[in-house]
Amino acid sequence: MDRRPSDRSPFDLAIVGAGLNGSLLALAAGESGLSSALIDRVPLFAMTEQGFDGRTTAIAYTSQRLFAALGLWDELAPNAEPIRDIRISDAGHDGRASPLFLHFDHREASDDPETAAPMGWIVENRFLRSAILRRLAACPKVELVSPDEVVDSDRGPVRAGLVLKSGRRIATRLIASAEGRFGATREEAGIGARSWSYDQIAIVLVAHHAEPHRGVAQEKFLPGGPFAILPMTDGPGGEHRSSIVWTERTAIARRLLELDEPAFQAEFARRFGDHLGPVAPAGTRWSYPLRLVHAERYIDTRLVLVGDAAHGIHPIAGQGYNLGVRDIAALVEVMADAKRLGLDVGGADTLERYAQWRRADNLSMVAATDLLNRLFSNDIRPLRLVRDAGLAAVNRVPALRKFFVRHAMGLIGDLPKLIRGERP
Amino acid sequence: MVETTHIPTAGTVDPAEVERFSRIADEWWDPAGKFAPLHRLNPVRIGYIRDRVAAHWGRDALNGEPLKDLSLLDIGCGGGLMSEPMARLGATVTGVDASERNVGTASVHATGQDLAIDYRQGTAEALAESGAQFDVVLALEIVEHVADVDLFLRSCGRLVKPGGLLFLSTLNRTAKAWALAIVGAEYVLGWLPRGTHDWKKFLKPSEVARGLRAGGIEPQEIVGVVYAPLSRKWSLNKNDLDVNYMLYGTAAGAPMR
Repeated sequence: MDRRPSDRSPFDLAIVGAGLNGSLLALAAGESGLSSALIDRVPLFAMTEQGFDGRTTAIAYTSQRLFAALGLWDELAPNAEPIRDIRISDAGHDGRASPLFLHFDHREASDDPETAAPMGWIVENRFLRSAILRRLAACPKVELVSPDEVVDSDRGPVRAGLVLKSGRRIATRLIASAEGRFGATREEAGIGARSWSYDQIAIVLVAHHAEPHRGVAQEKFLPGGPFAILPMTDGPGGEHRSSIVWTERTAIARRLLELDEPAFQAEFARRFGDHLGPVAPAGTRWSYPLRLVHAERYIDTRLVLVGDAAHGIHPIAGQGYNLGVRDIAALVEVMADAKRLGLDVGGADTLERYAQWRRADNLSMVAATDLLNRLFSNDIRPLRLVRDAGLAAVNRVPALRKFFVRHAMGLIGDLPKLIRGERP
Repeated sequence: MVETTHIPTAGTVDPAEVERFSRIADEWWDPAGKFAPLHRLNPVRIGYIRDRVAAHWGRDALNGEPLKDLSLLDIGCGGGLMSEPMARLGATVTGVDASERNVGTASVHATGQDLAIDYRQGTAEALAESGAQFDVVLALEIVEHVADVDLFLRSCGRLVKPGGLLFLSTLNRTAKAWALAIVGAEYVLGWLPRGTHDWKKFLKPSEVARGLRAGGIEPQEIVGVVYAPLSRKWSLNKNDLDVNYMLYGTAAGAPMR
């Protein structure tokens, strides 16, 4: 690739993909003094102009601290519903109201129950997106490059370059792929992945129910997969709402998705239960074939993978986005540290530190979610007895309970500064 | 400026040392290569220099370019592992090295990084002879390789502007340094090519301090640079000078600006 004189001095970072990971990375980098170009083929502000599309994101406690450190949380808080309790139950194939096995209360993670933070929040994706983009538009360190897309790239020992469809050339110290699990960059870079299908589909939708949820998240383990009920803020008309992640075997999910509304509602209500009064699905039914994708490496010469581009996991624990947030916090910290030492922000030393920092954390979540899904997404009687005994045991041992709650909140491990609520 | 591309036949350069480093110059910039120990050591050394320079000239070490508008000389610059970060932190950098191949490697790399660094083949004493002076002079991991230590240290002192700073790092002549830096790093771990260091040429901190004072530099602080094998990290330790240590001193006079 030739270097034309019109090339400005290289960006610290060129981010491919302006979804929730890519846009948050650009903002966190910009707030830490790192320049970036954020590239997406979709016009960025068109993404926020639609109304609510039914998709939500679970924000763990630690991700919330990063949002707060970046000054985003004040805008998000009115639209974020806190998760105060998590109830986990194991239901048989009949879907009957199941006995309660495990109950986590957010106060367990804290030594002082009065000031305990929620375990997490549920936020509509559109609010997250618009809060991040509004801040990006005002961030002088970030250049929004959309709609445009990468048609060619060149990564060398001292710099990288991208050629865009518009003909523009971008020089950068580092290319970050935030394209999600189906992004092309990983394979083009020759980075393999451990990948398998779960033969499950996650049906995602919003349910309206008569009674308020009182901040309780529920995860029912049904034979086809987990059925999660996540508390949302009340709707514009005051309706009580929850976000549903309903996992089923692929064949069954396909049939469910084709059902007419009354039949679908009946199947849905049978699984949801009647604890919140009459319930009905509302709006779009989204469906996602579930697949685990874990990149063999997160880095290559002047290339880094973040979020689902590095690790697409099972949604069983609601941790997918939160792992991406931790990737972002770690990457920004290693780059900011390098910049303050005058080191190469996209150099091999810097990237190696990121890869080592994130590998263990991501791997443990990949393994835990995979194991949970294998353990629970079946109706094998001996396995049920074992897992029920396990749930009951965890329920009775306070230290174990605290460990699980803190893990769900994201408080385990060597946390990047942004995740601790500090600026890097 | 003076012509410094001529390698003097008499002086502080030990020709055997120059030849040894020239053979491996291409590997300077491979963080997993032969210079991996320097890559790992770099963040600690840079942070120390940056913080002391910022404090000396009353600047913010963590934001912007803390070394802006300061002239800096990197003696024994090698492939530019220290010159480049110093330039990114704002300094106007001159790098000298006795090896033509090192200077070539460093120049090519800096150009690719869009850094304007004045690399020259030459020696500290030739440059000092020319009367050149700098706000900050770095002599890192170099004094243990020169042939005439006293001449080298005196030359370093002459290269510092009045009120400027000199930084020096090297290895102590202790049994522990022999065990770790030579037996450990060269023979057991294979971090460094065998023959990189000659223990007899290592200097005790008192010997360095005496040599610097003779060149007009008053030592201000000496810190140990310590490796923790479990975390694989280098850190500063004021109480352990047994193996690697680093010091800085001031040239008499008020700092410029």
